[in-house]
Amino acid sequence: MWELIRQNRRKSFILFIMMGICLLLLGYLLGMAFWGEGGGPAGLALAFIIWAVLSLVSYFSGDSIMLRMAGAKLVTPDVHPQLFNVVEEMKIAASLPVMPKVYIIDTPAPNAFATGRNPEKSAIAVTAGLLTRLNRDELQGVVAHEMSHILNRDILFMTFAGIMLGSILLLSRMFLYSGGGRGSRRIESKKSSGGGGVPIVAIIAIIFAILAPILAHFLYMAISRQREYLADASAVRLTRYPEGLASALEKISRSDKEIPNVNKVTAPMYIANPLRAKGKKAANLGSTHPPIKERIRILRTMSHGADFAQYQEAYQSVTGKDENLIPSSGLKDAAAIPIRGRETAGVEPPDPNSKTGTRQLNDLMRAVNEYLFVACVCGLRFKLPPDFKKKEFSCPRCQRNIVVPTAELAAAAVVLDQLEAKDKITADAKQTSIDKTYHRTGTGWETLSCPSCGHKLQLSPDFEGDSIKCGKCGTEIKIEK
Amino acid sequence: MELIVLLIIFFIVAIFVVSIYNSLVRLRNQVKNAWSQIDVQLKRRHDLIPNLMETVKGYMKHERETLENITSARSRAMGAETVGDKAKAEGELNGAMSKFFLVVENYPDLKANQNFLSLQEELTSTENKISYSRQAYNDQVLFFNNKIEVFPSNIIAGMFNFKQSEFFEISDPGERDVPKVDFS
Repeated sequence: MWELIRQNRRKSFILFIMMGICLLLLGYLLGMAFWGEGGGPAGLALAFIIWAVLSLVSYFSGDSIMLRMAGAKLVTPDVHPQLFNVVEEMKIAASLPVMPKVYIIDTPAPNAFATGRNPEKSAIAVTAGLLTRLNRDELQGVVAHEMSHILNRDILFMTFAGIMLGSILLLSRMFLYSGGGRGSRRIESKKSSGGGGVPIVAIIAIIFAILAPILAHFLYMAISRQREYLADASAVRLTRYPEGLASALEKISRSDKEIPNVNKVTAPMYIANPLRAKGKKAANLGSTHPPIKERIRILRTMSHGADFAQYQEAYQSVTGKDENLIPSSGLKDAAAIPIRGRETAGVEPPDPNSKTGTRQLNDLMRAVNEYLFVACVCGLRFKLPPDFKKKEFSCPRCQRNIVVPTAELAAAAVVLDQLEAKDKITADAKQTSIDKTYHRTGTGWETLSCPSCGHKLQLSPDFEGDSIKCGKCGTEIKIEK
Repeated sequence: MELIVLLIIFFIVAIFVVSIYNSLVRLRNQVKNAWSQIDVQLKRRHDLIPNLMETVKGYMKHERETLENITSARSRAMGAETVGDKAKAEGELNGAMSKFFLVVENYPDLKANQNFLSLQEELTSTENKISYSRQAYNDQVLFFNNKIEVFPSNIIAGMFNFKQSEFFEISDPGERDVPKVDFS
């Protein structure tokens, strides 16, 4: 496994260097075309500075930019206990030092991505659409795929490669749209003074400015596609169950919903190409992801074992290529690993287009957005947005008066603050003085506030434990029916 | 002159030995760490079982034997000390649990119980965590044992008395599988 990661890094590093050379050469040529023969180093420096600034920004805040762009929200385990369990299982299987943060994106399109510059700072984001569509085994496959990206250190690398692509695009556009004209004027003036070298340089620069982005693009896509295959292989090795990922991919490919705010640079981070719905053929060379049908076929061809050698064999027989996807040193690491049996607990999720499926999806999306779930005695359920200001309202069906729990809790918090200010009770004393029990009002989604810190917690309909831990201050809150 | 050459050779050898020694220590710690991961998950399962018993006992009055098997297997597993003992006892617990989950099939009321369903998710997850931590532990042990056996690290391992670690295998082939939790 470790051998493989090292090999993988070395291979990517070569491609990475090639793109770097591409960038610097472009800078050098553009510099020469812009400022004459002495301008080469200046252009080189400019290209390097652009690249360095973008890289620094993406290194330190790339993950938060990515998460914000996708609209991902950090959630507590009570919103979706199964997702947290599955992430923890895969964390254990991959022996990562820390648990990645878990985000949910409130979009009906099924997809997922991982981000974070190193395993300690990693995060996994899945869409609400994915969660309501997949069963446990499938979800495990998807999470394992994302965990493999973290484990194989793909994310930082893809971010840097993406930045490189971005800088090349930026430089060549700058040149072709604005600089190109000025450059040609300079060529004319040089021509009149008898200089013959510069026009040739300018022509080469223009050609290169057109070619470099295309070249870099192909390199980027090649790296990205290889990473996807590798993450699939590692996911199977972690879960020992290729069918889980295969049927998850199948379900994802069946959806035609699109994720908002995705561009060419962030697309490779997702498990399945999020741009594919735009009427483009996914199988072409410029795609960031291998054709999904091919990935499924490879996974389904693996019937003898879950190790890398098996994946490679399946890959070769499905694509007909002789290419070694996985370096030989990664193949010798262990004897054949058997595939485990299906062990899904619970039931197949409802059809996403059915009434229950849609309701589940919407409830999950509201839970992510901190909606309040209030049930009336007559059975009607209300979903109150977080900015709902009224303290009480009447039920439209039975006219009963319903008190919004947050208003109560906010009032309690005020009283608590006053108490605290009055005699400065210690945190311990405070904890014992508050009633840390919550009485459930129904069986649907419910929201409660932590009695010690006021942090909002969601109770899912599936939650049936007898206590819940506050995600912020760690207080145990008893749940009673 | 010769002295300097000898010193340089000695120095190189020393660096070599130290680096191999350090990597062996690191690996041994990783094995220990992986083992503690399994331990955490096994403890978790032991903690979940009383909860499970509490939930099902009202429904399964006629299955005293099955339930008692689980309870006794659990207490034996909690008392086990060595890796081998533990593997054996946990294997027995696995067997008792899978029997229990087969029996549950006959109790539709229980399968509809919300409390039981969430316990079932927790148990499935814990079973998975056990098998994944075992998988990770065995990978580490394989790597460590290989390192102790191959040249040149075998010399250093012998000098400093590094011992091979035991694999965590469930002995009885029939009990190798984690209980299938399937209520569909």
